[in-house]
Amino acid sequence: MNTTKRNPKSGFSLESLGSLILQVGVLFAVLGVAYLLFANTQKNLEIRGIESGFAFLWHEAGLPIGDSLIDYDPSRGYGYAFLVGVLNTLLVSALAIVLSTILGIVVGVSRVSNNWLLAKCATVYIETLRNLPLLLTLFFVYTVVLASLPHPREAIAIAEGYYISKRGIYLPRPLAEDGFAVFAAASIVALGLAFAFWRWAGAYKLRTGRSVHGFWGGLVILGTLCALSFLATDRPIGSEMPVYKGFNFKGGLALKPEFAALLIGLMLYTAAFIGENVRSGIQSVHAGQIEAANALGVSQGVVTRIVLLPQALRVTIPATTNDYASLVKNSSLAVAIGYPDMVSIGGTIIGQNGQAIEIIAMWMAVYLTINLVISLAMNVLNARVQIVER
Amino acid sequence: MRNSTKIAAVAVATLAGASTATAGTLEDVRAAGELACGVSEGVPGFSNPNSDGLWEGLDADICRAVAAAVLGDSNAVRFVPLASKQKVLAVSSGQVDMTSRTTTWTMKRDSAEGVDFTAVVFYDGQGFMTSAAAGISSATELNEATVCLTTGTTTELNLADFARANGLTLEPVVFEGKREAVEAYASGRCDALTTDSSQLAAFRAGFADPSEHTILPDVISKEPLAPLVAHGDNQWKDIVTWVVYGLITAEELGVTQANVADVAANSGNPAVQRMLGASGDTGGFIGLETSWMVDVLSAVGNYGEIYDRNLTSTLGLERGVNAQWTEGGLLYAMPIR
Repeated sequence: MNTTKRNPKSGFSLESLGSLILQVGVLFAVLGVAYLLFANTQKNLEIRGIESGFAFLWHEAGLPIGDSLIDYDPSRGYGYAFLVGVLNTLLVSALAIVLSTILGIVVGVSRVSNNWLLAKCATVYIETLRNLPLLLTLFFVYTVVLASLPHPREAIAIAEGYYISKRGIYLPRPLAEDGFAVFAAASIVALGLAFAFWRWAGAYKLRTGRSVHGFWGGLVILGTLCALSFLATDRPIGSEMPVYKGFNFKGGLALKPEFAALLIGLMLYTAAFIGENVRSGIQSVHAGQIEAANALGVSQGVVTRIVLLPQALRVTIPATTNDYASLVKNSSLAVAIGYPDMVSIGGTIIGQNGQAIEIIAMWMAVYLTINLVISLAMNVLNARVQIVER
Repeated sequence: MRNSTKIAAVAVATLAGASTATAGTLEDVRAAGELACGVSEGVPGFSNPNSDGLWEGLDADICRAVAAAVLGDSNAVRFVPLASKQKVLAVSSGQVDMTSRTTTWTMKRDSAEGVDFTAVVFYDGQGFMTSAAAGISSATELNEATVCLTTGTTTELNLADFARANGLTLEPVVFEGKREAVEAYASGRCDALTTDSSQLAAFRAGFADPSEHTILPDVISKEPLAPLVAHGDNQWKDIVTWVVYGLITAEELGVTQANVADVAANSGNPAVQRMLGASGDTGGFIGLETSWMVDVLSAVGNYGEIYDRNLTSTLGLERGVNAQWTEGGLLYAMPIR
């Protein structure tokens, strides 16, 4: 420290030279080992006549995939099939993150609730789910809960077009009819107006100190305008009903049991961890602050929103980032219950094609990217809720 | 300091790893004193652990036959259960010395995936099983049906090809393990289960009431099942190939587990004498003992005995196309001389 301060220009000493040489040496050793591994792999692949490189991504895949977000048929390439898997992984992860967050907050708040029964139920839930391997939970949901539903022939009909069977949950699919464009445009305008009203109400309160219900007012504006345009365009949204025909239901929206089991399993499991994060966040706020706010006569909702949450979130968000990352990685257990996620489809490609190194590199790249994006988003959120020290 | 030690250790390990890959498999197996043989995770009749934890089945007995030929001890086998998608990789990477695991001989696997096929041990074909209540008589009536199957096999490709060729829409539910696929079918998740016909028969025999399930007559593919070895070790490939031919030849010549010692000493048939080492040294051609086939046959019996023990007597599977060529089947072993 002192030497560098004295000689800020030169920055040269025997000590720092030694450390520099050591660092360069270590760097070369690491690169050397990496090169050795690479060359050894290449040599072994060549000896055994195994193809390498990514040209196979454009070869015809020929494999059937049951659940796809994009149009897929077996004449597409391996790369496209892999993309189907990536999208399936993203879909199930995204939905599971949203649902587990909601459930986690409910469970965490219940756990510290004054209601004895609610608190105990939340404790039992957390302790059970958190201490069971996720794979068991998935198998339980898939083979016990969903498989005990009736065959599509005797499907449970909740209402016209809503069916539950062991082949999945079937719902009517919304269809855009004539006038949908007009309705959509009107809805967007209504949303804009509602938002403007909400902003205006906030500003008005700051200016005059008088309170206007901005949120509820905006909601009324949105609801009224949407309803009016819906009536004016004469039913712009139709529906395609699922109908039982031959072996299965046809048409409509289908939630396959594999997808449902994975989603439910991931949600239940991760919610237990998020619930604990929420509890620790709430309990990290000093009770004296809440009592002080209550003593000032501040309403319960305001105490929660202004005093409790900003401080609790500081503790909750970093821990929850980890749980989101785990959730995304855990989604690879899909392969056990037959959901075609990225790992399942990639595994099939390895089986057909033998190019394991490329596929494993692709898996790693995709998971890394997803989790880095989640981490980045959560860090931005975390920075926003941090207490600003003045 | 600690860093550089670690790096040195990793470097040494990598170098060591690189150098072991060059020795021949025969020497490796002899040095290890056991044969690492990849098998399935449980397919009745082919490779399946019994209640005592012993592996049973046609594929498991092929492993034992190779161990008997190479090491003189049919029990010197370490069975390695492999998932479908690992079976090729485990051999090409040297994790196992061979796999005997209902693997279909295809051009791509044989040429571009670092493995070699040896000799066909079972001629199979892919079929469908459906519930008898569905009242289906042909696989072409399966339009819009849900089909359970396992990943990493030719089964998936055949199913997709079959659907495309016949203009059918099939909804596949693809599982990692065979047991999960069978369970999903049994629970009614799928209308049909598809895999090799022999395995369908085995699974059907395992259901509480087999008569509730029908195996459709359509066979949609050729599935010649053969043991795999790593590409590039010709001597090892010869050993596994000729052990299989030896098993088939022994049945053709009427040499059995019970009579092998007697025949080896007394047979006047030159073909039998050559095979059992009474005259000449066929074992020497592939680097084995003169008594190689005596060891194999006294340990596991000939092909017909293996087939009968594992497939006919327990699962009721007839020989069909897997009969000797003299009986109108496809089994035709190359001459041992």
